[in-house]
Amino acid sequence: MSELVAKNISKSFNDKKILDHLSFTVKDGEFVSILGPSGSGKSTLFHLIGGMLQPDDGTFLLDQEEITGKRGAISYTPQSPSLLPWRTILKNVVLGSEISGQVDYSKARNMLKKAGLEGYEHAYPYQLSGGMRQRVAFVRALLSPQDFICLDEPFSALDEFTRLEMQQWLLSIWEENKKSILFVTHNIEEALYLSDRILVLSKKPATIVEEYTLPFDRPRDQNLFLTDEFLKWKRMIYQVLQGSF
Amino acid sequence: MQNRLSFMKKILRGYSPVIVIIVILLIWQWSSLFFSIPKWLLPAPTDIFNEAIKGWDSYTHHLVSTTYLSIGGLVIGVSVGLIVAIILHLLPLVRQAIYPLLILSQNIPIIVLAPLLVIWFGFGVLPKIIIITLVCFFPIVVATLDGFRQTSPELVHYMRMAGATKGQLFVKLEFPHALSAIFSGLKISATYSVMGAVISEWLGANKGIGVYMTLAQSSFRTDRVFVAIGFIMILCLLFFTVIMLLEKVLLKGRRHTNE
Repeated sequence: MSELVAKNISKSFNDKKILDHLSFTVKDGEFVSILGPSGSGKSTLFHLIGGMLQPDDGTFLLDQEEITGKRGAISYTPQSPSLLPWRTILKNVVLGSEISGQVDYSKARNMLKKAGLEGYEHAYPYQLSGGMRQRVAFVRALLSPQDFICLDEPFSALDEFTRLEMQQWLLSIWEENKKSILFVTHNIEEALYLSDRILVLSKKPATIVEEYTLPFDRPRDQNLFLTDEFLKWKRMIYQVLQGSF
Repeated sequence: MQNRLSFMKKILRGYSPVIVIIVILLIWQWSSLFFSIPKWLLPAPTDIFNEAIKGWDSYTHHLVSTTYLSIGGLVIGVSVGLIVAIILHLLPLVRQAIYPLLILSQNIPIIVLAPLLVIWFGFGVLPKIIIITLVCFFPIVVATLDGFRQTSPELVHYMRMAGATKGQLFVKLEFPHALSAIFSGLKISATYSVMGAVISEWLGANKGIGVYMTLAQSSFRTDRVFVAIGFIMILCLLFFTVIMLLEKVLLKGRRHTNE
């Protein structure tokens, strides 16, 4: 059970307003994407949720409990995989649970197997491809004791083919685990393909311009990309993004 | 032909320093014979070699003593260096106040400081250990602090988001990250430690390579001075190799981390 509520979040840097009264909810087991142009304060939002920064105004609630300015309440995967280069894959994925909670190696092995990383438990990150490293980072987030996962453009550094593969993989893993996910991206297709709901951010200062609940059934596969409905959504959101700045 | 050439290249690459040493020794040998340089001025390599073998029993105890002293000093110096580095890293205010002074302290030549230490602490082991420590700890402090400072900001960010405490950040990220830098410092310190030991022995000791050297020098046994130099070099090389092997074992899996 984990539900994140952001209430009236505002943040400025040097009198420059970055986030302006942002409010949204991510329900338990929901996959919500935040879609916005680069530099719209998406990463700032994550730093605020993660407690790295204090909002000027507003509160975050996780399961009705205030987590504003508290670190370690959510599990987080940054843009780069951020694996410790001197640790093996197995030792890397348990890092989150090592910091807070109990390390369970058999669970970790199991999860790596499901993630298609069997046989790489004792490999080092440099021996893996970019997509695999990103998968390891995601497995680490899943194994962390926190039930709420924030993903900050995790696939932006990957090539198109790997990205498609990774999106498919993420969906299959997520549909099995159903942790709540807040996903930041600037890619419309990615947001449409993965999420239950999309929040569209405007440029600075960022506010939520539009919120969409997507009608696509799960489990989804890549055929979805070519359906008329998908393209219709894509066109609409594209126009909203165009219009909002 | 091609094969043989690449084979020759390989040998040259690996052993080129050895070849250079052999060439120098040959020139040295030849010129000392050809110009008939007196033995007390510059003995031929063969003379030095003979003395090294013939005198083995008379200087082994010096060798053993210096080896122990260097290892002891190195261990203490490195420990002090690590502790100082960790303290300076964890307490930024202290670092601001102390770090410049540390650099300043290295501007004082050890040879100037040594007599003072003898006045204060006598001729025992303590002043010797202090000298070696002074020589050894600085490379470790600088290397370790650099290692801490160069920790990837991305990884720090991840750790902090995951809720890591300052202690966890240090133990799980900063210290392991600094290890390869620490080893670079260690390699320098290890070679310095032998030098520190010999200098400390010059100032007053009853055994050690330093003592052997001063005795040899005052009786114009230049061959023995060279024997001492030879063993100092071998000792340094030995320490260096041990640390390199240690690094290989401890930091396995890391070699490609920067690629």
